[in-house]
Amino acid sequence: MSIDITEFYQTFFEEAAELLAEMEQQLLALDPDEPDTEQLHAIFRAAHSIKGGAGTFGFTVLQETTHLLENLLDRARHGDLQLDRATIDIFLETKDMLSDQLEAYRQQTEPDAEAFARICQVLKTLAEEGSEQAAVAAAADNGEVSAHAAEAPQGGSESEPGQPEGLQLILHKVPAESADALLEELALFGEISEQKRDGETLRVMLATQNSGDDVRAVLGFVLNEDQIEIQPIQADAAADSELAPAVQSEEVAASAAAASSAEPAGANAARPDTGAAEGGTRGADAKGGEKPRPAPRAGASESSSLRVSIEKIDQIINLVGELVITQSMLEQGAGELDPVVHGKLMSGMNQLQRNARDLQEAVMSVRMMPMDYVFSRFPRLVRDLAAKLGKEVELETVGKSTELDKSLIERIIDPLTHLVRNSLDHGIESPEKRAAAGKPTAGRLTLAAQHQGGNILIEISDDGAGLSRDRILAKAAQSGLSVSESMSDDEVWQLIFAPGFSTADQVTDVSGRGVGMDVVKRNIQQMGGHVDIVSNPGQGTSIRIVLPLTLAILDGMSVRVGDEIYILPLSAIMESMQVSEEHINTVTGSERLLFVRGEYLPLVELHRVFDIPGAEQDVTRGIVIIVQSEGRHFGLLVDQLIGQHQVVVKNLETNYRKVNGVSAATILGDGSVALILDIPALSRTTRDREKARLQANVNRGETA
Amino acid sequence: MMDAAARDLQKVDNEGHEFLVFRLGDEEYGIDILKVQEIRGYEGVTRIANAPDFIKGVTNLRGVIVPIVDLRLRFDIGSAEYTAQTVVIVLNIGHRVVGIVVDGVSDVLTLTSEQIKPAPEFGSSLSTQYLTGLGSVEERMLILVDIEKLMSSEEMALVDEVV
Repeated sequence: MSIDITEFYQTFFEEAAELLAEMEQQLLALDPDEPDTEQLHAIFRAAHSIKGGAGTFGFTVLQETTHLLENLLDRARHGDLQLDRATIDIFLETKDMLSDQLEAYRQQTEPDAEAFARICQVLKTLAEEGSEQAAVAAAADNGEVSAHAAEAPQGGSESEPGQPEGLQLILHKVPAESADALLEELALFGEISEQKRDGETLRVMLATQNSGDDVRAVLGFVLNEDQIEIQPIQADAAADSELAPAVQSEEVAASAAAASSAEPAGANAARPDTGAAEGGTRGADAKGGEKPRPAPRAGASESSSLRVSIEKIDQIINLVGELVITQSMLEQGAGELDPVVHGKLMSGMNQLQRNARDLQEAVMSVRMMPMDYVFSRFPRLVRDLAAKLGKEVELETVGKSTELDKSLIERIIDPLTHLVRNSLDHGIESPEKRAAAGKPTAGRLTLAAQHQGGNILIEISDDGAGLSRDRILAKAAQSGLSVSESMSDDEVWQLIFAPGFSTADQVTDVSGRGVGMDVVKRNIQQMGGHVDIVSNPGQGTSIRIVLPLTLAILDGMSVRVGDEIYILPLSAIMESMQVSEEHINTVTGSERLLFVRGEYLPLVELHRVFDIPGAEQDVTRGIVIIVQSEGRHFGLLVDQLIGQHQVVVKNLETNYRKVNGVSAATILGDGSVALILDIPALSRTTRDREKARLQANVNRGETA
Repeated sequence: MMDAAARDLQKVDNEGHEFLVFRLGDEEYGIDILKVQEIRGYEGVTRIANAPDFIKGVTNLRGVIVPIVDLRLRFDIGSAEYTAQTVVIVLNIGHRVVGIVVDGVSDVLTLTSEQIKPAPEFGSSLSTQYLTGLGSVEERMLILVDIEKLMSSEEMALVDEVV
């Protein structure tokens, strides 16, 4: 039996992608003048883990690229390679290349050979330059050896070419049926000189050139970190001993201790001994004057999370939604019973309600992801873009841990990217201009997220030049939009969301083509959110995006029209009122306008739009709900307000089609279906009607 | 048109094919049993505005929103009275779930290809392109409907037109 290694591809791809993301974050945070050793170690470890996995799965290109990168990083972390911005740029570029290669392997294709050759060249040149730099006689080779020596105590000793070496592996809790397969895999690394199976513990002496970390990386796909113990067996310890005598001698002792402990049977006996051996090598570390290396990878954070497919979660969410509906059905039924007689049932019902709600909240939170998922991609973008535009920008992120539904978080990336690009390109001025304006030369861009009730508020603010009212108005007039000087600032700022609008004098490849802001706004509206702009000339612009936390649950108001129940999203409702005759004005005979607080609002009679029989025709006897959508207000005539509920949003298009004026459906407490109104769509119908009326008037004027 | 019907006939192999037989007025119809998910009683539906009259609305089928089509109205067999016997056949077509209201389900019959005759062209609201053929079992005539084709057709307005 052999392990089908392709099964682990997916795990490797996911892990490698995470490692690369981590690597990028660390690289960006790295201060080239005073590099933090911990960070360098972390970057090195990431590269090393990817290399190990890539080697195992035969992704040669990926393996070789990481190998070159790893060598450089290794020297950097030992101070043999002087870091500067250019070097970090190369590292970042390499990281991008690695991502591309990884993607290529994921698509089951070979990575771009040309790009590979180029990056190899760049890295090799850097390595050569580096060794010249480190002119201190020790030179690169020596540095490398000492690096290996420092690494050895952690169990992963990198082999020097031509120095035969072996590893002793102790694997715990290996199921008997997979032991053979594991041995087969191990045999790929080298010759198995000795093997001993003792219950579920497997001891293997492996003669190999590979490092313990490489072997660990492979086994890591099958076993857990804590099941694997790897000890190097130094065949020729003397060769190294002159370089780092303390480390080496201790290590030999450690290996010996481990080896001897391998003789008596039982894993329990072996464990404390190897623990002691590790303690011994740690001591050696201190003696050798090297800082102890932190344990490889953060095992704790890995084991505390679980990868689950999104379908499984959605299925649970659906089922919980069902449970909540069933619960409210029961509640309705129980409501008709006499509470005195059925006291126990009533208290049980109350408890059920609480539990069902809590369960629903808990399940929904599983889909939630921190905004860091989005924010973490901006440092790189801002860095590259600022360099390209010749600007200095400091990026600050606030509220990284604010959570948002996964489906929304993925859809917010593009609009945010666009807004950040815009801020950098148009908002923040060049260092010279900033200096002239008496501002610090480095602009400040802040990305902030916070919860606000059932919404999330995402703010992108810069301390740049701000929007220019005059320019926007001029441009809008030029593009044929209807504008007037009397428009409020808010209305003027909203103009930049008009399709094809751009105030940039020069079209750059960063932004300014005028495609985009309208798409940004549309995307955000599709997510049920809206965008506001606050801008002060000379002080900067702040764009605020308000989004619902999830699309799966909606706070709604149920209303009755005739015999039918509809749900209105609570977020759209401004107020509701009963209107009297004098507030209603008729236009062209049938269209009615409401006069509320000095404003004329179009009135949408729901029973007319949906052709509902038996509904209240008299406006003064129904209820008018003032709703807002896309910055417009209008009145919606219904018969009666029923109540406020949290409803589970059900897609109508799964089995049916899109219905105009309806965004989705939900299931009410009695098990019946109610439709959720699509306010923006209703708003558009009023606008279309207005247009049609205007057109009709014009036509009439012409014929007259 | 006949070609299509003939091709559909080819699909029915000699071993026979199971059809669910239901009544609409005095007529008996048969549909491929493999498309049937379940049969349930008719419960209240929520009307959908501005939909064709044969679409009764949507209903809640264990948490899934399912459209309900009245086949009597679709086939112009006069409007049906909904009684306790009125049933909904829940179909699973492609990846969609659709319910059809019929007067009653009678039985499940196995028809061999000899028992299925091509449907003649007739000028009714049910074009022959949606018919697998006419089945004859003893004295009875079954109108065999290609329910999948019918339900996914544009005129049913159940699915969004491809834009």
